[in-house]
Amino acid sequence: MKALRIIPRLDIKGPNLVKGIHLEGLRVLGKPADFAKFYYEEGADELLFMDVVASLYERNSLHDIISETAKKIFIPITVGGGLRTIKDIKDVLRVGADKICLNTAAINNPNLIKEASRMFGSSTIVIAIEAIKEADGKYLAYTDNGREYTGIDVFEWAQKIDELGAGEIVITSVDKEGTGQGYDLDLVTKISNLVSIPVIAHGGAGNKEHIVDVLSKGVVSSAMISSLFHYHFIKENESKGSTLEGNVEFLNQKRNFHTFKPCRIIDVKNSLIENKIECRI
Amino acid sequence: MKNVIIIDYQLGNLYSVKQACDTVGINAKISCQKDDILNADALILPGVGAFNEAMSNLKKLNLDEAIIQKVKSGIPIFGICLGLQLLFTESEEFEAGKGLDLISGVIKRFPELYQNRKIRVPQIAWNTIYKHDQDWKKTALKEIKNNEFMYFIHSYYVEPIDKNNILTQTNYDGVEFCSSVNYQNIFATQFHPEKSSDKGISIYKNWALIYNLI
Repeated sequence: MKALRIIPRLDIKGPNLVKGIHLEGLRVLGKPADFAKFYYEEGADELLFMDVVASLYERNSLHDIISETAKKIFIPITVGGGLRTIKDIKDVLRVGADKICLNTAAINNPNLIKEASRMFGSSTIVIAIEAIKEADGKYLAYTDNGREYTGIDVFEWAQKIDELGAGEIVITSVDKEGTGQGYDLDLVTKISNLVSIPVIAHGGAGNKEHIVDVLSKGVVSSAMISSLFHYHFIKENESKGSTLEGNVEFLNQKRNFHTFKPCRIIDVKNSLIENKIECRI
Repeated sequence: MKNVIIIDYQLGNLYSVKQACDTVGINAKISCQKDDILNADALILPGVGAFNEAMSNLKKLNLDEAIIQKVKSGIPIFGICLGLQLLFTESEEFEAGKGLDLISGVIKRFPELYQNRKIRVPQIAWNTIYKHDQDWKKTALKEIKNNEFMYFIHSYYVEPIDKNNILTQTNYDGVEFCSSVNYQNIFATQFHPEKSSDKGISIYKNWALIYNLI
């Protein structure tokens, strides 16, 4: 039987692993390689690396981190952030990514999805949707980490992504992201029911029950998690970030985690199994 | 030292295949040169990407005939994912064309509906592999338990004409398919051993040990 996947998400800014709230206000949490190794050993089913400022500064500095990680970590690695062309995609696959994730570039040029899927196979192309719920209840897609308004309806966009041949969708609720209030179940369920490809739910996991909630609906194939696991890691380990880029205050002060109940991957998987949800242990 | 060539047809991620080889001590080189293939002691045919694109690249690089010649001469080949599919006769998909035809059989796409249930394609999941008729004790899977999870990412699967070629099967939302084959000097998996944690790495190691490559 197929297993539902637990995917730690590593947001990267320069040399650091960072974490924000609503994708903003990035705090430094430590070295990406330390987290990646820990998650691999803990039974992560896949990792996603996202260069969160790449689109903004038009750069992609992830190559070294990816090739270093892929040397010792034998699970799938998806890489996103600032990829704009077929060449960008090829380069990142060459340094060890298995799948690539597009958002801004796909919205600016939907044909890139088609072209990339044909060339690298559908299953290599993951499209991220950053959804914000507007005052009138509509969900609109944003780019550049929830900063740029596009006016595109996320449900129409999800169907188009499917038609253009992408292999998978990561749906992020920017409203829930980093808050620990739980996934936006309506959003992920609706997206998933509209498309024929696997959907990964992201944004809002504050405790392991939230993950059970989103996976028990039987509509999404995976749950993507960052804060919940990262906070466990910095609580239990000596984590040091580079002061070159970003705010290290949060890390140094060892502040509390508000709404979050940090936990390990294995805790989540045990809960899934107790709830009769298939996963890999 | 035995030299193993990871065949590069200019698509996808060969890096992790190379890392898996390095980890278990296989002397592997990534190459798209015909001469390297003709001089190899063993071949690895990896795969990510589209069948058409892959076959046309193999032809453009003049590698298809070299691979067929070497495999027919008896050297071991290890196919992975699309690399497994390329070993088969042809794809059922419209205009997809012929494969290397080293194993008789066709490549099929997962149906969108199965018994009125929606099947999400591609399959991107860890899924279990289980025994068919072949005993896998003497194959590269010797350390793998029945029903072990392996990582799959594919829209198509192979259907060998001779069912004896099937080494393992897997069930994706009700569709049972061939998830690895073992036939003479050919061993190939639909899943990605190099992405299936330490269990997957044991498959590289045992494949190399069986053929005295390390």
